[in-house]
Amino acid sequence: MLARGRTRCAHHCWRGIVAIAVVTTLLASCKGDREREPTRLALVARTGPATTGGDTAARFTDDGQWVRPGKDFQGTRFSGLTEINNQNVHNLRAVATFSLGTTRGVEAAPIVSGTTMYIVTPFPNFVYALDLTQPGLPTKWTYKPRPVNASQGVACCDVVNRGLVVDNGKVIFNTLDGRTIALDAATGKELWITQVGNINIGESVTMAPLVVKGRVIVGVSGGEFGIRGWLKGLDENSGNVAWTAYHTGPDKDVLIGPNFKPFYKSDTAKDLGVSSWPPDQWKIGGAGVWGWVTYDPELDLIYYGTSNPGPWNPEIRPGDNKWSTTVFARRPETGEAIWAYQVSPHDQHDYDAVNENILVDMPWKGQQRKLILRPDRNGYFYIIDRQTGEVLSAEPYGFINTTTGVDLKTGRLQYNPEKATRTGETVLYSCPAAPGAKDWQPAAFSPRTGLVYIPHQNLCMDEEGVEPNYIAGTPYVGTNVKMYAGPGGHRGLFDAWDPVGQHIVWSIKEDLPVWSGALVTAGDVAFYGTMDGWFKAVDARTGKELWKFKTGSGIISQPMTYSYNGKQYIAVLSGVGGWSGAIVAAGLDARDSSAALGFVNAMKDLPKKSTKGGMLYVFAL
Amino acid sequence: MSSRFERGAWRVRRDATRTTRHALLLLTLTACERENRRFSENPPTAAPTASALVVSQLQPGPAVVEPKIEAPYDDNAWAVSEGKALFNAMNCSGCHFQGGGGIGPALMDEEWIYGSDPQQIFASIAEGRPNGMPAWKYKLGTQQIWELVSYVRSLSSLNPKGARGGRDDHMMVKPPEASTPQTKPKMASTPPGDD
Repeated sequence: MLARGRTRCAHHCWRGIVAIAVVTTLLASCKGDREREPTRLALVARTGPATTGGDTAARFTDDGQWVRPGKDFQGTRFSGLTEINNQNVHNLRAVATFSLGTTRGVEAAPIVSGTTMYIVTPFPNFVYALDLTQPGLPTKWTYKPRPVNASQGVACCDVVNRGLVVDNGKVIFNTLDGRTIALDAATGKELWITQVGNINIGESVTMAPLVVKGRVIVGVSGGEFGIRGWLKGLDENSGNVAWTAYHTGPDKDVLIGPNFKPFYKSDTAKDLGVSSWPPDQWKIGGAGVWGWVTYDPELDLIYYGTSNPGPWNPEIRPGDNKWSTTVFARRPETGEAIWAYQVSPHDQHDYDAVNENILVDMPWKGQQRKLILRPDRNGYFYIIDRQTGEVLSAEPYGFINTTTGVDLKTGRLQYNPEKATRTGETVLYSCPAAPGAKDWQPAAFSPRTGLVYIPHQNLCMDEEGVEPNYIAGTPYVGTNVKMYAGPGGHRGLFDAWDPVGQHIVWSIKEDLPVWSGALVTAGDVAFYGTMDGWFKAVDARTGKELWKFKTGSGIISQPMTYSYNGKQYIAVLSGVGGWSGAIVAAGLDARDSSAALGFVNAMKDLPKKSTKGGMLYVFAL
Repeated sequence: MSSRFERGAWRVRRDATRTTRHALLLLTLTACERENRRFSENPPTAAPTASALVVSQLQPGPAVVEPKIEAPYDDNAWAVSEGKALFNAMNCSGCHFQGGGGIGPALMDEEWIYGSDPQQIFASIAEGRPNGMPAWKYKLGTQQIWELVSYVRSLSSLNPKGARGGRDDHMMVKPPEASTPQTKPKMASTPPGDD
């Protein structure tokens, strides 16, 4: 009855209602200025075994470089550089800038390998190589991949690109129109181009590849276009596709074989990728990959999560909808699945599971364990045993009312039936909203503080299921959404989370969603950017703001640090957009609160706070 | 006494009748303006000529003024509502949402990248546009595209009010087309790749 009354209310009075390994040496150097004793944590093998191949092994120990968006295979976004620290960061000043020549949302990280900085822009995916040895960072070379213009029509949430990777003298990146391209890092010459995606069935590629053991790992975007999601392993030297793992369909397509040992019973049965869907629905069931892939060289496993099932409207797809919203562990050389854990079975609210799996070794209940730290979109901070896939903990790090918790015995997310998405009915105030408590923007982990630095958002939504219609190459969503600020009225947060104690240590409230990634350094400084253009440095132990700089446009990218000639630099790309900033990047009309999948309603003020841009900023003392 | 009283009563009754008559007349007249109903007509079969594809306002030499083609359904409430149903069923709403835009540009604002004239909108739908707009002419018939044209025009109130939708059957996300203020269409001055 209550639900019905609310539904009727949706049409009239909703507004009124809404008002409502480290490296032990680092550990040794830990300052004792924190109230709590620093947790004894270790990154996995920062000095990776030579089996990882290529020149990446050596770079584990080189904090001067930053060769992939996540910094290391474990995705810590932690740098051991200490020249810039919490005592002197207030003296930081801009030392170089560079215009990207684009005006759409910039989500990438600048990448530094040797004496060159590499940047890939949003569509049309220019790649720049900037010379760090020269004043003003002049361009060494520029590469224009010329992606098909029409690919902009299958990019759900602005035409972003999340970065490139440098490995074995190659720059490797993806284009929006579904190509993976390898360039000679020295000259920018094309080495190979492989077409991995097809825009005519809604496929695009926005993620940064990861290169592991001579395999280029690439996934597909298009969970809003009725794709059949996949992850591919390409040969690093030829670009040939070595394997493709689909995320729906029969086990043989998912590369599930005799070595597949999921921890939970609900993930164990033959061909779940078929039987957990209505007939044939798995063929257009989404479950793409557009976030982060991490790698444990000792276990020789890659970890990543799959996206939402398609369409969003859950009533169209009764069943668990495997393997959407699932964390997979796979062998990089063959793609073979070793374990899987479905985070949000039968997803109700677009809670993709693409968020980063940060790999950390730490004691858990008295025993040293190999763990995954994972702030999921559904609002829970998961701690998962990365050998077995067992969920050890799942505590909320944001405001949640769509679910009531995670049953650690079965691994099942417990849904709140009152917030279930139904066709033709409007459910009010579902939290977190579709982008989750945290979206793609990657967190950072400091082994010095033992804390995870989580940039995220605080949004709720009204949601109504509608009948979707599958037409290849067009959106397949079936849901009307209207988002707004969650409890407290602030839309963003930058939180320090203690994974051992499972609680927030300090929290910074931001007016706008914090859509940038995080960076943390051994100087005990954490960095992030805001959508109105402020680039901020805070004390990694206390959260105290130490420095800020106003860039030309909103920041939704990944800050990084590197050193050249013995001097430390901090770099970030400025350029508002992405799903949250589409209102500015694409010039949307805020009178339609369903615009951009409902995000526009929460961002009506953004055009007054940020304009389009695309600029590199480099800072030093 | 009584006759004067009766006369007074009669006058009151006559005044009331006159008021009613005026009201009825007014109602009839406004009702006439609401929508021009056409009960039997053939569906439009003609697609706009190639001139619809002209997207530059610059012509070398003396300018040729192309005759403006009227949208056959701009004043037809039923056809506009059919256009709205198509707009959602064909997933136009998946990119443009209810007019505010997302993947595709906003359609309820004053900015038009390829023009707001009926034949220009027809061409945008039928032929597609380079930056992501699919070409629909092999999927939709001429009549359906014309229905869509008039619905799209109704989003910024470019068609008569009487033919515009007054309510939505779904979650309220914006004012209905009938109460959307009319905007003066302007050609976007940003490059198409940057709209």
